[in-house]
Amino acid sequence: MEAKKGALGFKQNTPAERFFNGLVVENPTLVLMIGMCPTLAVTSSAINGIGMGLATTFVLALSNAVISALRKTIPSTVRIPSFIVVIASFVTLVELLMKAYVPALNAALGVYIPLIVVNCIIFGRAEAYASKNGIVPAFFDGIGMGIGFTCAITCIGLVREFIGGGTAFDVQILGEGTVVPGAVGQFLSQYQPVSIFIQQAGAFFVLAFLIAIMNKIKMNMAAKGKDTSKFGQGCCSSAEEAAADKIMADKEAGKEAKG
Amino acid sequence: MAETILSLVGLMISASLVNNVVLSQFLGLCPFLGVSKKTDTALGMGAACIFVITMASLVCSIIYKFILAPLDISYLKTIVFILVIAMLVQFVEMILKKFVVSLYQALGVYLPLITTNCAVLGVALNNVTDGYSILQSVVCGFATAVGFTIAIVILAGLREKMEYNDIPAPFKGMPLVLLTSGLMAIAFTGFSALK
Repeated sequence: MEAKKGALGFKQNTPAERFFNGLVVENPTLVLMIGMCPTLAVTSSAINGIGMGLATTFVLALSNAVISALRKTIPSTVRIPSFIVVIASFVTLVELLMKAYVPALNAALGVYIPLIVVNCIIFGRAEAYASKNGIVPAFFDGIGMGIGFTCAITCIGLVREFIGGGTAFDVQILGEGTVVPGAVGQFLSQYQPVSIFIQQAGAFFVLAFLIAIMNKIKMNMAAKGKDTSKFGQGCCSSAEEAAADKIMADKEAGKEAKG
Repeated sequence: MAETILSLVGLMISASLVNNVVLSQFLGLCPFLGVSKKTDTALGMGAACIFVITMASLVCSIIYKFILAPLDISYLKTIVFILVIAMLVQFVEMILKKFVVSLYQALGVYLPLITTNCAVLGVALNNVTDGYSILQSVVCGFATAVGFTIAIVILAGLREKMEYNDIPAPFKGMPLVLLTSGLMAIAFTGFSALK
């Protein structure tokens, strides 16, 4: 029997296939659109994006590996609390490490580091992949997903930082005090930063345009008859939206029954 | 006494409007975007959040003050708080189902959704970081949840109005909601003058 082909033509469930699956094919932020809270909250600069992304990657890879190792020991009825304990332990580990070695970054990210616990990317991968597969693929699945997340939020951070403050990775490029020398630098220093982009509202706007672009790509793919079933519906809230719709439907059904 | 009450009122205004949990801290975005299609459901979700976040703030700050801090194990707060909140939500659901049936019928369906709301854990952790007393934590938790309710009800109202508008196809659904939230965030920065 021929092995089923996975992402990008790699053999399925090998480390490389898992890595590229998370990075490109099922990119959590850009394709699946899960874990939107940190995506909005910490992307006011590219450096914050990298820090948050790497912290998430660390937790994701190790919690995936541990959950995969324990997948036969944990009874399925108590799996959700067990996953939460494993994930929360690694988050605490990351928090302590960051406090000790990168205190400035830890202060900038603040409460969002402990909130990695409730990031739906991590829980989603534990439930969907790690609890069903071996340790090595699960570990690389975590690495791939984490790096995919890191790249995406670093890019969003870079866009917001560049438009909103004229900097890229904290280096002044546009606006006053630019590092570019000569006439070009003089021209670039005319730029007036659009500071709304580094404020809260900018996060909503950038993400709105990002999802709109993804929607357009999806529509073009669908028009050409390609498979778009992998694309997420936009945000982890889609599950909640479905639940809310069900609540409304139930209420209306109840009213009709009474009437 | 008057001074304490005044400082608590200040805390409430700051937690509910100036540092609005969704629009300025980005906590609880999932229910904010997901359950805001109809004003009815938004109100129900808001009420359930007020209930759970206030309870969670109380329980978490009691646990922190009397167990974690004296034993010097406050680094375990993330693990302890998330488990406590998950248990609390289940517990509240069971209690309501048994004893306060009318409240359960109104809020019950929203309770399971709240476990995934990062605002609950975020508020509990912020209370500890800011060094609030138990009373201050409860007031802050309550006010934060009220702020969440205000934001989600306004968004639901706007979404109901926009439902049949003619907008470009790629912007339908989530992007439009995000743009609306962005405009609301700008409007809410006006409250920073209240500080």
